[in-house]
Amino acid sequence: MPTLANYLIASGLLFATGLGVVMLRRSIIVIFMGLELMLNAANLSLVAFSRYGLVSGHQNYDAQILVFFIISVAAAEVAVGLAIIVSLYRARQTTHVEDLDSLKF
Amino acid sequence: MNLSTIAWITLFVPLVAAALILFVTRASKPLAAGLVILSALITTIGGWTLFAKSADGIYHGFNWVDFGHALSIPFDLALDPLSRTMLVVVTTISPVVFIYSIGYMKEEVGFARFFAGLALFLFSMLGIVLANNLVMMFIFWELVGVSSYILIGHYYQKASAADAAKQAFLVNRIGDFGFMLGILLFWIATGGPEGGTFTFAAINHPAPIFVQNPALLAVAVVLIFCGTVGKSAQFPLHVWLPNSMEGPTPVSSLLHAATMVAAGVYLLARIFPILSSSPEASEIVAWTGAITALGAGILATQQDDIKGILAYSTISQLGYMVTGAGLAVSAALPMFHLFTHAFFKCLLFLTAGSVILGMHHEQNIWKMGGLKGKMPITFLTYCCGMLALSGCPFFSGHYSKDLIMACSWEHHRGIFWVVVIAAGLTPFYMMRQAMVVFFGKPRSEHSEHAHESPLVMTIPLILLAIPAVVAGYPFFEHTFFHEIGTLSEPEVPAYVPQVFLGVFLAGLALAFFLYRNVEKDPIRIPFLENRFYIDDLYFWIVRVIQGGFAKLCSFTDRWFIDGILVRGSATLVWTVGFALRFLQLGNIQAYALFFGIGVVGLIYMLLHVR
Repeated sequence: MPTLANYLIASGLLFATGLGVVMLRRSIIVIFMGLELMLNAANLSLVAFSRYGLVSGHQNYDAQILVFFIISVAAAEVAVGLAIIVSLYRARQTTHVEDLDSLKF
Repeated sequence: MNLSTIAWITLFVPLVAAALILFVTRASKPLAAGLVILSALITTIGGWTLFAKSADGIYHGFNWVDFGHALSIPFDLALDPLSRTMLVVVTTISPVVFIYSIGYMKEEVGFARFFAGLALFLFSMLGIVLANNLVMMFIFWELVGVSSYILIGHYYQKASAADAAKQAFLVNRIGDFGFMLGILLFWIATGGPEGGTFTFAAINHPAPIFVQNPALLAVAVVLIFCGTVGKSAQFPLHVWLPNSMEGPTPVSSLLHAATMVAAGVYLLARIFPILSSSPEASEIVAWTGAITALGAGILATQQDDIKGILAYSTISQLGYMVTGAGLAVSAALPMFHLFTHAFFKCLLFLTAGSVILGMHHEQNIWKMGGLKGKMPITFLTYCCGMLALSGCPFFSGHYSKDLIMACSWEHHRGIFWVVVIAAGLTPFYMMRQAMVVFFGKPRSEHSEHAHESPLVMTIPLILLAIPAVVAGYPFFEHTFFHEIGTLSEPEVPAYVPQVFLGVFLAGLALAFFLYRNVEKDPIRIPFLENRFYIDDLYFWIVRVIQGGFAKLCSFTDRWFIDGILVRGSATLVWTVGFALRFLQLGNIQAYALFFGIGVVGLIYMLLHVR
């Protein structure tokens, strides 16, 4: 049986991977995927805390239900995010972040 | 038509005429003059009808301000012997001056505007005469101020006329500020929010608080008197009247000699019962009048402007009226002098206007001379006015002025000598003017080719010359004044009337010999020519004190409010924004890094900073 620490290490690895992708990659779609990875790493630790944490000696499923909500909202958010990226591509013919610097001073 | 309707029509007809001219008939000169003269004649008929029928009483109009018991200001007309006499003066002189104006203003621009101003003035003046309470009087008081401003500034393209109009209005504001405080003090004394009132009938009975506290009563009366000091050009607020001569001469005649400036004296007559119940206030009033009479008389002897001499003599005569109000036993005394003065001073200004027109708008008396043959009607009517003003026996001014001087002999010997000296100056400066303007040789080309004015101007002169001579005779005195109050001859020793006659003859003779056949003024006193330097003193005060304060305000505004508060905060925000701009690298991953550092910092603070 894996312990809470195993789950948290997995979650941390996932988060670090996502962060690395966000910081280092050039393609905005890949960065977006990195963001999703970070979100799911957070979800994983939330479920893990819920599974191993007892409230007044009893199992509590609130967080596990909450994660379903997060996943569905994240799905909607991905739809919006992808739509923005598509229209960005149509406007600029690029998805590389170094080309999108018109706010620079 | 009942009397109430007549009274209301008399008041409002000139306003209707003014409005019609301004909004409908502005383009037409004859229509403008016709409308105003018609309205003035209607007021004349109305005024004389009201006088003849002894239409005394309060004619209720409407409640102008109505807050129930706490504050209510009715718009009522009050007719009593005092207002009826004043009504006759105003409505008789106005149409004469209006008709004269047709001739005088014929060639001028703004003809219709001028007549609309005259009509507005007539309305405001009638409002003062008929007002039943202090607030109503104050409103019309300000309205005559406005019409005076409009009419003095008739030639507003001329800087001196525009300045004179402004000065007249502003100097009057100083007096009116005191007047307003006085009105409030009377309102509070009669009960304030618990049934306080402004009506003359009520304030003329001393309120209980005034009976207990005579000093407060004196303060209240003197505050009201401040209004008179402004409007009737008493020392120290007299400076505006000589400068107001920048206006067209008919305006100087009607407003700044005969009627408007007399409104201050009328106000004193209105509050006469309460004024005479305060000996301290009466003494202040009498001394102010006496000093003004003497000071203005001295200044008149050294003026070179034909209207300037008359302006100072007006101030001097107003001083007599104010002295009379301070010393008299009834309001009839100052009103009597107001009555006679209105006719002869109006006449004198109109003759001066006739001379000015004949001289092609030359006003310096040293450019005139020898006009008596060229302008015979003007000269003869001028003589009537001049002798009346000087106090020549059998002319109107003699009766009223001697009465005031005799009254001052009875009440206050110091004031008596002051006004007697002033009375000696009057024939001197009038004879000086007459000698220089009408006698001797012509001193300029204009005076050689001077011509008599048209009939439309000389007929008003003749019409006014009659009352200028006879208005003081016992018949008129009885008709117009016996209802106002007693006007009995004070008990004076036999030498007092001889003193009056003596100073009259001395002044006349001195001027005659001094100014016979002279080319230049034999006496030059810069101190008097410069009007005691009072104008310069006021100018200095305005420049240094008011100007200094304005500079301080400007400095504060420019450097503290604008510089530090407004521009300083803007600069601060701009600088911070400029510095932060360098963080905008345009690289999304850099932003993510800053964000990440921020989150880590936040977590660190949450865990370790307490």
